[in-house]
Amino acid sequence: MTARRRWRFGDVTLQGIAGLAAVGLAALMVLLVYEVVDQAHASLSEFGLGFLTSSVWNTVHDEYGAADLIFGTLVTAGVALLIAVPIAIAIGLFLSELAPRALRTPVGTMVELLAAIPSVVLGLWGILVLGPFLNEHIEPFMIAHLGFIPFFDGFPSPVGLLPACLILTLMVVPIVASISRELFSSVPGDLKQGAMALGATRWEMVRGVAIPQVSGGLVAAVMLGFGRAVGEAIAVAQVIGGSLTRPENIYAPADTMASRLAAQYVGTATSLQKSSLAYLAVILLVISLLTNVAAQVIVRRIQRRMGHR
Amino acid sequence: MSTVSEPDRVEKAEVSQAESTTDAVQHQAQAKLGELAAKHTPVPEDQREPVLRLDGVTVSYSGAPAVCDVTMDVFKYQVTAFIGPSGCGKTTLLRSLNRMNDLITGATVDGSITYHGHNLYGSSVDAVEVRRRIGMVFQRPNPFPKSIYDNVAFGLRLHGMKDGLDERIESALHKAALWDEVKDRLKKSALALSGGQQQRLCIARALAIEPEVVLMDEPASALDPIATQRIEDLVNDLKRDYTIVIVTHNMQQAARVADMTAFFSVDVKDGGHRNGVLVEYAPTADLFIRPADPRTEAYVTGRFG
Amino acid sequence: MSAQTNPLVGHGGRARRRKLTGQVMEALATAAAVLAAVVLAIVLVTLTKRALPAINVDLFTQNAAPFGQTGGGIKNAIVGTVIITGIATAIALPAGVLLAIFNTEFAPRRLADLIGLTLNVLSGVPTIVIGVFIFGLVVVGRGQSAYAGALGLSIVMLPLVARATEEVLRLVPSHLREGGMALGATRARTVITVILPTAIGGIVTATIVAVARAAGETAPLLFTTSIFVGTTVNTDPSQAMASIPMVIFTSSEQPDPHAQQQAWAAALVLVVIVLAGSIAGRLLSLRTRRQIEQVR
Repeated sequence: MTARRRWRFGDVTLQGIAGLAAVGLAALMVLLVYEVVDQAHASLSEFGLGFLTSSVWNTVHDEYGAADLIFGTLVTAGVALLIAVPIAIAIGLFLSELAPRALRTPVGTMVELLAAIPSVVLGLWGILVLGPFLNEHIEPFMIAHLGFIPFFDGFPSPVGLLPACLILTLMVVPIVASISRELFSSVPGDLKQGAMALGATRWEMVRGVAIPQVSGGLVAAVMLGFGRAVGEAIAVAQVIGGSLTRPENIYAPADTMASRLAAQYVGTATSLQKSSLAYLAVILLVISLLTNVAAQVIVRRIQRRMGHR
Repeated sequence: MSTVSEPDRVEKAEVSQAESTTDAVQHQAQAKLGELAAKHTPVPEDQREPVLRLDGVTVSYSGAPAVCDVTMDVFKYQVTAFIGPSGCGKTTLLRSLNRMNDLITGATVDGSITYHGHNLYGSSVDAVEVRRRIGMVFQRPNPFPKSIYDNVAFGLRLHGMKDGLDERIESALHKAALWDEVKDRLKKSALALSGGQQQRLCIARALAIEPEVVLMDEPASALDPIATQRIEDLVNDLKRDYTIVIVTHNMQQAARVADMTAFFSVDVKDGGHRNGVLVEYAPTADLFIRPADPRTEAYVTGRFG
Repeated sequence: MSAQTNPLVGHGGRARRRKLTGQVMEALATAAAVLAAVVLAIVLVTLTKRALPAINVDLFTQNAAPFGQTGGGIKNAIVGTVIITGIATAIALPAGVLLAIFNTEFAPRRLADLIGLTLNVLSGVPTIVIGVFIFGLVVVGRGQSAYAGALGLSIVMLPLVARATEEVLRLVPSHLREGGMALGATRARTVITVILPTAIGGIVTATIVAVARAAGETAPLLFTTSIFVGTTVNTDPSQAMASIPMVIFTSSEQPDPHAQQQAWAAALVLVVIVLAGSIAGRLLSLRTRRQIEQVR
């Protein structure tokens, strides 16, 4: 009798502790948002939404604005996605449709290894290998041939927007590729065969049936890739040059919200500066929450649809 | 075994009585099949025009034969049924007729399959062209997650048959006996249709690109009896304009729709390896009423599953 | 029966165009995969080439040299990473497993979904923001410490451990659960004595993968354990501690070629740890899956 009572107590205890963990998670999220917003409070009340449109970042006048940083973030993340998404979807297709069975695991593993490389190592490679290479060989070529477009005309530089875009591309590709691969593998074989039986080539089947079938998931994958690119601080800080002014072209040093935060947060001159950096963290937090929740909503909707069939 | 005891003798009497009852049942079933089959008037032998000729065809997966040494002709404007127990390669053979087995790695076809005299597996042959002329309807309806209109239009757009798209789609849906039910909701999702409607949509989709031959792999097996009936009626209508090959596990269905029937069975070689073989190929009525091969007779009379 | 009249051969521009388009697209997809492989190879090869000269016993047995001097190693950073990651694991592992247990054993469907959503959202928060969070929570007023860094890393590890553990727990066949309960054991006893041991392989795998990931993170450490005396081994977690990612980060910014060399060497060490952990994780997860399948 006593043993059973003890274990019923154990049951309640386990449930209690486990439940506590769940409550702890909720508390963590709330605390996270609260703490970051609290740190940004001074800057929020001082600059309000004007922070987002002002290009000033001046510690002498104690005036701060994120416009140049937002520009840098959007350009680097945007270019990275532009390059990474088609490549990643192609890799996903390759792995799920084209590759001979023997190649699937090695190539798949290789894509995951790319994702596993720590960002600080990629950043190191970026400063010491990629940057100089771009500076000496690629950027002069681009200036010579693409220079008629204003944004692509300038002087080569080993640090700047371009290396940052490319490093971010390297980080986004594995994320989107592995999700794409799962998505394409989930297309029912019946559907694929139905298209082939009508005389479609494999590409026509992919374009006409497979991609439309998984389009929602692909959007979610792109969102997750975007979130990653926007939030990357370390590797970008290492290669982008930390400039305080807006870059005139794609080769010039620049800065993003995350990399400014990484670069300046520890040694701030004034408390308003620190608060403004925390404001940047708030913006990053908001972007990541929005993209992640949106991606999750899409995924839930897809799962529910799958469950229906 | 010692002397037969009382209970055993009674048992034996019961068994032989059951046997004769079973015999009667079987012959009744066979007669019924013959009755259904007799409704067909197959084209006389000298007027039959072969569309597909199979000669010594063996289909293997990664070296292991699934169906061996099939020699037969598929005739124009006739419905040809492949019947037989499961595992005898009927579907495998069917899929080799429109090169769908190409999609399975390690699948090989030996022997010759010709379409109007042209080798289906010739080196310069494009499988895409094969499948435009030899269409396929699958066991489970597989409409695309698109509108009804776009489902039928899919094949048309692929093959550049875009002139008069609306008319072509309407015509295909008419032929599949689906037009009246969907004409007011062409832009709605195909997934909202019932199972039977979806299958008829798949048939319309296949017919839209004007194939000569339509292959059907147990097209009604996933459907309820009423929907099945509609599919069978449809097949009887379609054979006026198309050559149809239908795989079915249902003998009555074969008797109802097929002009010619090919019976396949399983052959167990030494070593235990099983593969399918073509046992007998004849006008349906002949196959059911006067089967030439004892294996056919056994299957047709239901003596084994 | 010439090729001209053969209907099975694609005639006309349209047929040729379709075939060509298909072949081009397939070639592009293959090229994309090759490109990824090539880039990975380039990164790893250049890393190894540049790091190799500095890979010697000194690297692992010496602390960082005082500023400006050559020689020295990353012993203090290695020790620091081990301690910080160890503390982070001690926090994240029990918390993650408890969350997974809650989700699989006690939570109603909608709550479990909500918790899953929260974990996914948490894993998407930029690590630099987590650094800001921990800074404000723990470092302000107290100073940097390895504990603070470990706390930040544990937040990165938590979703990984929790989600992977939940997956493994769900794989455990229900007849084990029901069997335990039918014998009169309570839920708790069943979980602890039956389900967890079955799932232990998967939990270990999840931990290895999470540790490999956490060991490579820099941003959570940047504000919490980056200011330290870099030339001695510190084992006191209440003080700031060196770590391999921080060594790479600070050295990479310096123009001093010796510092850069150290950075490469440290990077190679880190990559080996991380890749070994990831690969081990994958292999183990395959094995665990197979084991649990057998229990079915």
